[in-house]
Amino acid sequence: MLGASNAARFSTPRSEVQTLLRFFAFFLAFICVVIGGVAKADPAYPELQGRITDEAGLLTPAEKTDIAADLASLEQTSTDQIAVVTVKSLQGYSIEDYGIGLARKWGIGQKGKDNGILLIVAPNDRKVRIEVGRRLEPFMTDTMSALIIQNAILPKFRRGDYAGGIKDGVRDIKTVLLGDAEAVKRRAGGPRTPENDPTVIIHIILFLLIFAFIIWINYRNAQAMRAGGPGGPRRRGGVVVIPGGSSDWGGGGWSSGSSDSGGGGWSGGGGDFGGGGASGSW
Amino acid sequence: MIATTSKLFVRPMMFLAAIAAALSLAGCGVNTIPTREQQAKAAWSEVLNQYKRRSDLIPNLVETVKGFADQEKSVLTEVTKAREQTTNVQLPADILTNPDAMKKFQDAQATLSGALGRLMAVVERYPDIKSGQNFLALQSELAGTENRIAIARRDYISAVQAYNTEINTFPGRLWKMALYPQAKDMATFDISPEEQKVPKVDFSKP
Repeated sequence: MLGASNAARFSTPRSEVQTLLRFFAFFLAFICVVIGGVAKADPAYPELQGRITDEAGLLTPAEKTDIAADLASLEQTSTDQIAVVTVKSLQGYSIEDYGIGLARKWGIGQKGKDNGILLIVAPNDRKVRIEVGRRLEPFMTDTMSALIIQNAILPKFRRGDYAGGIKDGVRDIKTVLLGDAEAVKRRAGGPRTPENDPTVIIHIILFLLIFAFIIWINYRNAQAMRAGGPGGPRRRGGVVVIPGGSSDWGGGGWSSGSSDSGGGGWSGGGGDFGGGGASGSW
Repeated sequence: MIATTSKLFVRPMMFLAAIAAALSLAGCGVNTIPTREQQAKAAWSEVLNQYKRRSDLIPNLVETVKGFADQEKSVLTEVTKAREQTTNVQLPADILTNPDAMKKFQDAQATLSGALGRLMAVVERYPDIKSGQNFLALQSELAGTENRIAIARRDYISAVQAYNTEINTFPGRLWKMALYPQAKDMATFDISPEEQKVPKVDFSKP
């Protein structure tokens, strides 16, 4: 029907113009969508390349391996994730805005533990920031972050020793995070113990349902067999359900370990950030 | 016999069907409105939380500055007064859907932001205060709190945007009509011109 009316319209020149116009409008809309998609407000963040993402090229490969190994050992003790990033440009954003966006995009820290720290260095804007994950805020306070920036990082940065400043900054952050052995252990245990993991309840309910289903099948079989009697047709059958072990207990989806010095293979676990930390400039 | 078998069969099947229905409904958005609403409320709590944090820092700050700069009384009283005002603002239960109450709350907080900014600017003139350990700590905490407030507000705005969009666009509109007639647009922060003018204090200067 629609085709027929279209064909009828095509016979007059006026409707041909209309169709053309309509085409043009669609085309415009398409262009709008494409341009709108491109012209997004977010800055272009660098891709995560591992614990160290050296976009500005401040570190030699040896220094990178060194610092990355340091960070890997921290993650193994306390599960805290630290990432270091150097950026060429803040693209006109303040380092606070840039930092929170990048930290959330990368999701440094374990999901639910929010124990990530991002050290951002923007040498061309002469700005540095320590971005602290939500649940590390009580340990790595703003004051502590500011002290590390002022005392460990900035003096070296002012002399142009970026690698030294980053190294000292990482060392101090690590010291703070490991400062209280008892607290570190508690945090490493974290809130994601099976006792208070909400998914556990779902697992239990699922398990009970499956269990009830099996019992019911068995019961039905027994009934059918009794009803059929010894001479009757023996209906046997049922469903064998083997509840598979769900494998997401540890959760997080991070990969830790030793093979991350060359970048790749390491990613944030989805930790959240709320704006804790401090900035500095030199 | 047939009756018992069918009864045995039908009841669990109905149970399973109910579960399946619940799951598939959840998939097509019946829970979206309440979920978004809770998210927006949580984001709002975070905003209040960070404002509270700032409010708690102020007495310490005033105490630290007072000892050194007795002659800057006016700025100090301005800060103290503005803080009192923010704690005096009554938060009605429906503040999220009540733009007027929201505006009152915001104005009080904006006044405090302005007063704090002026105080920090004044302190720049006193090297004794500026270099004190105590003040440095307070300054970084305050800077961090201002940053957290900004982020909490931004998160709240995007949560409200998601919620408002949900109840005003197509599938959400239907759910609202059918199940959540009490759902109302929430108010966001409209950033007033004078708030944008609040003196920006660069705490990061060494």
